[in-house]
Amino acid sequence: MASADQPKSGLPGVKLSKAGVMSFLSAQGILIFFLLGMLAFSLFSEQFLSQSNIMTVIRQASIIGIIAIGVTVVIIGGNLDLSVGSMLSFSTVLVVDLHDKIGPTNAILLMFAFTLMIGAVNGFLIGFLRLNSLIVTLAMLSAIQGLVLIYSGGQNVDIADQEGTWFAFFGRGYLGGIAVPILLFGLLAIVVQIVMSRTGYGRRIFAVGGNPMAAVYSGIRKNWCVFSTYLISAFCVACAALVLGSRVMGSQNNVGQGYELLVLAGIILGGTSLLGGAGSIWKTVIGVLMLGFIQNGLLLMGYPYYTQWIVTWVIIILAVWLDLANKRKSLFTTHS
Amino acid sequence: MKAPTQSRRPVDAAPILKLQGITKRFPGVVALNNVDFDVRPGEVHALLGENGAGKSTLMKVLAGKHQANEGKIILGDEEMAFENPKHAKRAGVVLIHQEQSLVPEMTVAENIFLGSLPRKPFNRVDWRKLREDTNKILETLKCGFKHDDLVGSLSIAKKQMVEIGRALAFTPQVVIFDEPTASLTDHEKPVLYDVINSLCEQGVGIVYISHRMDEIFHLSHRISVLRDGQYTGTVNTADTNEDEITRMMIGRSLELDHASKPNDFGDNLLEVRNLSVKRVFEDVSFNVRKGEIVGMYGLVGAGRSEVAETIFGLRTPSGGEVVLDGEVVKFRNSHDAVASGVALVPEDRKDQGLILGMNCRDNMTMASLTSVSSMGFMQGAKERVVYDKYHQAMKIKTPSWRQKVGNLSGGNQQKIVIGKWLHTHPKLLILDEPTRGIDVGSKSEIHTLVKDLAKSGYAVLVISSEMPEVLGLSNRIIAMYDGRVTAEFDGDNVSEDELVQAITGMGKQAQAS
Repeated sequence: MASADQPKSGLPGVKLSKAGVMSFLSAQGILIFFLLGMLAFSLFSEQFLSQSNIMTVIRQASIIGIIAIGVTVVIIGGNLDLSVGSMLSFSTVLVVDLHDKIGPTNAILLMFAFTLMIGAVNGFLIGFLRLNSLIVTLAMLSAIQGLVLIYSGGQNVDIADQEGTWFAFFGRGYLGGIAVPILLFGLLAIVVQIVMSRTGYGRRIFAVGGNPMAAVYSGIRKNWCVFSTYLISAFCVACAALVLGSRVMGSQNNVGQGYELLVLAGIILGGTSLLGGAGSIWKTVIGVLMLGFIQNGLLLMGYPYYTQWIVTWVIIILAVWLDLANKRKSLFTTHS
Repeated sequence: MKAPTQSRRPVDAAPILKLQGITKRFPGVVALNNVDFDVRPGEVHALLGENGAGKSTLMKVLAGKHQANEGKIILGDEEMAFENPKHAKRAGVVLIHQEQSLVPEMTVAENIFLGSLPRKPFNRVDWRKLREDTNKILETLKCGFKHDDLVGSLSIAKKQMVEIGRALAFTPQVVIFDEPTASLTDHEKPVLYDVINSLCEQGVGIVYISHRMDEIFHLSHRISVLRDGQYTGTVNTADTNEDEITRMMIGRSLELDHASKPNDFGDNLLEVRNLSVKRVFEDVSFNVRKGEIVGMYGLVGAGRSEVAETIFGLRTPSGGEVVLDGEVVKFRNSHDAVASGVALVPEDRKDQGLILGMNCRDNMTMASLTSVSSMGFMQGAKERVVYDKYHQAMKIKTPSWRQKVGNLSGGNQQKIVIGKWLHTHPKLLILDEPTRGIDVGSKSEIHTLVKDLAKSGYAVLVISSEMPEVLGLSNRIIAMYDGRVTAEFDGDNVSEDELVQAITGMGKQAQAS
């Protein structure tokens, strides 16, 4: 094939072989697709590229983004976490409900403690008992949703004095002109990215996800590593609950429903492999933002919100396919 | 081992299959370099070579699993380009695998015709024809099982017969046997020989890959040898002997270099006392002194790796104790073992030794992360120093430390695993099959390194299934059979016969000093 001799990115007008175009498309496909989409949105809607809209999109994406940071760590470690959606419901309901009962500080501390406990249960079952993470977190997804309903008795909760509490800072506040959720998202992303790429701990997580057996044979305590990734995931969910509860000043019982899929969508779109051992927080941040812009653009173009579901997953399937095609240098399999 | 009992004259016929100038490259290694090979109808052509010499690769090229970068495959008069194993099978070239690929839950008949079950209209399986066809094949095999036996209930030898039956279903012209006797007991082998002979009589060409000289001299008409991916020649079995073949395989006669072995021993570093793991091994006792290399010799499945894993904290002993440097140690996991100065270079470097998707440097520091970090943060510069040190000391050939280890050759991969463990500064170094599947050059470099390490005070335990390796390295040799230590030998004064007896359970009484 001539594709190896072709430059990866050619200028328009320069003669390109079909193979060269294909390899460029499949290597950069999802980005091109995204840019084309952005272009289309901005043509159809003048607001789309306005500063206020962009900030709104990022702020909306920050809750999914914060959770996705934690789940990315779990995935790099070679597991999955599907329980984050109902954990978000649980934590948000808890912190909002406790706010009026025991005060914001205690409510936040207690909410973090309980959320981390759930993470610890996940981590124990998956890290130490070595149960399958898909099954454990799927069970947890369901169980915690039940727990929320028991706790709240089916009632939605809210905060009585929405103007007078400093709790509003996390969801509604601004620091230096930037919304606090965005700051929190950015801060968490930077810290976790540094932890994953620069510390021995991060290296171990990559090792455990890349080849668990080799990690164990290298004297790495795999069980603890896996356990810890679920604590990080739970911590991120707690942060997201803080932002969500504070922004809405109330919570429905099922506020986090479906978040696990949105989070996964963002991670996959960013290009982190679900197989573990590879990926980065940056990729996840980019994926989550892409997701946010796509959804926002569709809304601005006047499509009903449920079209997002279809479009998002079509894009994800495309992204996965193009990624695979790039690896095997062909859009279709050569062997059956 | 015994001298060849009988040799057979070469078959005088034009080859049915010819390989010409086959070259196969993998990233970072040339597995086959301009190899010629042919098979005549009705002959057994043995293919020999050390581990990593390229035998299996050549056969995979032949059977369509790999595609050669250069060279021709000529079957009959026709040049073939096999795209996949199915294509090769249809053309009449079948590879019988080392690892069995049967479905245990299915019957013999279903396994033999798996993927090509006879059909009736509407895509229904023609069970009657399946039964008849299977019985025809089973008649040729003359083995004691029926078409409707479940494969899972058969012994290993019989499973292998099913595997051969599967090959026969394609009415093959050439059948390739890759180490077919590796998992057979001595009294099961003649059955296999009979099948091979009857295939020959039907004019099928047989390629026979094995390490075992006695088998090859017993069965084959001609012998071809590969060394380091190069074709070194073909000889008629009747005109040659084991010495010549050995020379062809390793490029020199096998001379054991006893003089370079370490000879200055210190105190006991490792003492294993009556160590047991239920249903795996039992009552294993031995010791390793500082500066000494102890070889652990035995067949696959004798429990050698499991003993090593138990010392390394990966298995919990059900009895006995491990004494390290005078202290009884009880490791909860491998982390504890590493912290106490035990290093294990595992048997399977791809699954246990390396993280293939990571680069060379990161793999090198994987077992000693705290030494290259400060306050939990990795120090890139320190990592580079460590990497460069072992990169130079061990002559690892990589373009850069950024290279993913998955792209390196086996020898270089193994050097990275060894480097990784040396940097943990262990007291006890356990090497499990340290040179399996790597090229001869790296092999001798690793052997020299191991001897140097012992001389500088390491206690070294080498587990190996290769007799030359065990004899060439060890001061003492511990033989294991079926989960037990059967004998202990002085590494300089032991005959091959004694060793073979000890690891096959024949010499349980043999106790050399």
